[in-house]
This record gives sequence, structure tokens and C-alpha cells, in this order.
Amino acid sequence: MNRFDYIRATTIADAVAAGSQDGAAYLGAGTNLLDLMKGGVTIPSTLVDITKLPGLDRIETLDNNDVRIGALVKNADLAFKSEFASNFPVVAEALLSGASPQLRNAATVGGNLLQRTRCRYFYDTASACNKRAPGSGCDARGGDNRLHAVLGWSEACIATHPSDFCVALAALDAIIEVESREGRRDIPIVDLHRLPGDHPDIETMLTPGELIVAVRVPAAARALTRHQRYLKVRERTSYAFAVVSVAAALDIDGRTIRAARLALGGVALKPWRADAAETMLIGAEPTRASFEAAAGAALADATPSGDNGYKIELARRLIVRGLARAAAGTPDRLPALPASPFATLAGEIHHG
Amino acid sequence: MTFSLQLTINGGGRTIDLDDPRVTLLDLLRERLHLTGAKKGCDRGQCGACTILVNGRRINSCLALAVSHEGAAITTIEGVADGDTLHPVQQAFIAHDGFQCGFCTPGQIMSAIGLIGEAQTGGDLERVRENMSGNLCRCGAYRGITEAVIETINAEGAEA
Repeated sequence: MNRFDYIRATTIADAVAAGSQDGAAYLGAGTNLLDLMKGGVTIPSTLVDITKLPGLDRIETLDNNDVRIGALVKNADLAFKSEFASNFPVVAEALLSGASPQLRNAATVGGNLLQRTRCRYFYDTASACNKRAPGSGCDARGGDNRLHAVLGWSEACIATHPSDFCVALAALDAIIEVESREGRRDIPIVDLHRLPGDHPDIETMLTPGELIVAVRVPAAARALTRHQRYLKVRERTSYAFAVVSVAAALDIDGRTIRAARLALGGVALKPWRADAAETMLIGAEPTRASFEAAAGAALADATPSGDNGYKIELARRLIVRGLARAAAGTPDRLPALPASPFATLAGEIHHG
Repeated sequence: MTFSLQLTINGGGRTIDLDDPRVTLLDLLRERLHLTGAKKGCDRGQCGACTILVNGRRINSCLALAVSHEGAAITTIEGVADGDTLHPVQQAFIAHDGFQCGFCTPGQIMSAIGLIGEAQTGGDLERVRENMSGNLCRCGAYRGITEAVIETINAEGAEA
């Protein structure tokens, strides 16, 4: 690990001032950052420790019924907060399908949003990577790319975003609150991460030094509470990143879908909101035919970036299954294996 | 620059002067305090051999900077027995052959103690397995490990 200066910030203003300097990085739990620094993938000259900032560790319901989650709330604490998990179960299921219990106990909400791709060529400093070293090329193209992107990729970068949490948040139209020296602003999570284009080294819409202080889940998402699931295909049963994942949420009135939300993980360099599929579902009946049509629309623009054409069909099938599970109803308790596409429905159904 | 830290380690207060902010909790414990129970397996958060409790919660000590943990209460495998009386999880690991070579065992036991504190499994086999998934055992002692955790939960009503 490179040497760095360490600053422990005590106010948000101090943190942002220090974090805006060249070479500075914010330190939350460090579960991703320290891993990257040990590998020499990122070499910040200053770490600005934000873990002692006051007021960022709260989960609160606002007057308008939005829920505001402080950026320093631990992933596990959010998933286990019963009032939150019962209202937004797709978020809890996504969180608990990611990483390990130890990592979820440490990792913060803000850090989860800004974790870096797990593309092995990004991690391997001997490989060409336009994200790590702009202009050096992309060894994932033509390399081992079974797990790489099938939507929104470019010749410069075919990596995927690794977060499960972000996929669920994208489905629920979450808002990110950020603060810089210019003040505070909101960014819809669907706009936070950038597609690679010609500049995969520029990963988010954040300006240098801009600090995530909170995530808001809008009250409107409460209409979808009774019908939402997160499903995730992994290469082992647990503690693995998504090959493909789906966050599905429905508002069903009798036999008609009143509202639909669908987001995909593991397919692109950002959580991928499937707007066209949602449009097709609204007003449709919650049937397999409707779900298959929506799945087709969601992947209409997908193309393999290498040996990963299978992910397109896999994503279609997972969408159908995710929508069917959501339509069947949110389980009264999270399954033993959160987000497992193989779990049976028996005994899981509480809401009609 | 020196960083002065106040930590509680296995119940005892310690003042630690760090000359380097790069020191992880794992390296602090092993290299500077000579508490070598927590193991350095992968050093990248993938194997769980370094699991300790920080303020009662299990974390990977290899991915935690010591300097960021001012005021924390840390429990390692050295701190769980009561004199010569083993912790119930330690006792259960012996009873169920929850290890072979023993390298992952301190992390497994600390993770199990953390799991019991989280009270999410109800002693259910699949939930225990899922909630122990952050600890790898290359000898493949998973069956004994799982049995030991479930027995401890059932014996104590520990999660209730």
C-alpha cells in the first residue's frame, strides 16, 4: 500500500474541503478502497476519514414519508432495520445477497454506491485498462470476458458495476444527496453512474470532492411494497458478485399491473433501469406472456462484448422469474438464501 | 506523524501510538500487540480468517485501518474464554470436529459469535450456512462448523 496522509474530518465542510484536494479519497469503512490500495490499483495521496462525521448514521422517515438513509449507515443495519425492510423489501434482499456478513457489518451505504468494478483487468495493474490508466487500452476485450457487460458498453470499457444495492435503489427511483463546496444537491441514482463511452475513468456525475451524505427512497415506492423481489444469479451459492441480477417491483390492482419497476445488475457499468419493459407492463395482466414480452424489450439493445452472449438470454429468463416472484407477492420473511433464483415459493407468501 | 489511539482490547484499555496510518487492525493485533489468533489468510476480505468483533460486530480486520477505529472495543479469539473455561462456541467446535488444520478456526469462531449476536438465523441450517459464508475452510470442515453453531444456538437459546 502506498504511503498517504491521513485526515480525520469532524464536519462535513472540513471533509469536503480536504476531499476536494488533488489525490484525496474519502475513507468510509474502506472495505473496497483498502483492497484497491493493497493492489496498487488506486494510490490516493490523502485519505479523508469521514467515519466520525456527525449525523450521517441515521435512518429517518421524513414528513413527506420519504426515507432518508445517512451515508454512513452500515449495509447490515439498513437490511436488518425491520421498519425499512418491511416497506422496501427489494432493497433488504439486494443488500443481504451481497458480500459477506462481515463486510456488510462494516461497509457503508455511501461506499456501496461508489464501489469500483470487479473487472479483473481493472484490478491487475499489469493489464491494459482504460478505467485505471486512461488510453492504455482494454485487455478485457478479447480476454476472459464471460462476466462483462452486454448493455451500454463501449470499445474503451466492457466492465460492469458490481453493486446489488444500487440495482434495487434504481428500481425504486432513489435520490442521492451530495455536498460539495458549492453546497448540496440531489442526483437521481439512475443518473449517478456514467456509462463508459470514451472516458471509463470518469465513473460518476460527482464533481471532485463531492461527498455523498444520504440516500432518499421516495414515498411513492411504498405503493410497490407488496410485490417486490431481488433475484441474483451467482457462480456459487453465496458471497459472489452477480452474473445477472433483477430488481422487480409491481403495483397490482386485481388483474392489472398499475405500476412496474425493473432494474438489472451485472449487465452494464451502471444499474440498468429497463424503462421500455416497464412501459409494456403498465396496464397488462401479470401473466407469463406479459413478463416475457417485457423481458424481450429490456434486452432489445443488448449485444455481447465477448464470450458473454449467454448473459442476454439469462437476463431475459431472470426477468421473467423475478416478475413472476414479485407478482406472487413479497415473502413475509426473507428466504434463507436471499435473492436465490432457485428457492421455492412454498411457505414464503404472506401477502396475497 | 504519530497517531495516538485509545482502544479497548479484550476488555483492557490500551493506548497505542501508531507511526503509520497504513496499519490495519489485523496487523496491529498480530505484529504490534502479538495477538496472533486472528489469522492473515488472503488479507483482502475474501476468506474471513481475520474476523474479529469491533463493538460487538464481526468484521474483517484486514480491511479496517486501525487509525480509523479510535475508541473501539475489540474482541479477538484470545478474549472469548473465561480463564480455563472455553466459550460455548469453542466447546461446540471441539465437540463437533469443526476444524482440521485449525487455521481458519479463530475466524470461524469469532464469526459464529457475531452471528449469534445478530440473531437472524433461528438455528435454521440453511440460514446458518448462509450467514457463515464469509468464512472459508480449505479443509472442508463445514459440516462440523455448521453443527457447532446450531448446537450453540439451540443450547443457549442464544439468539432469542
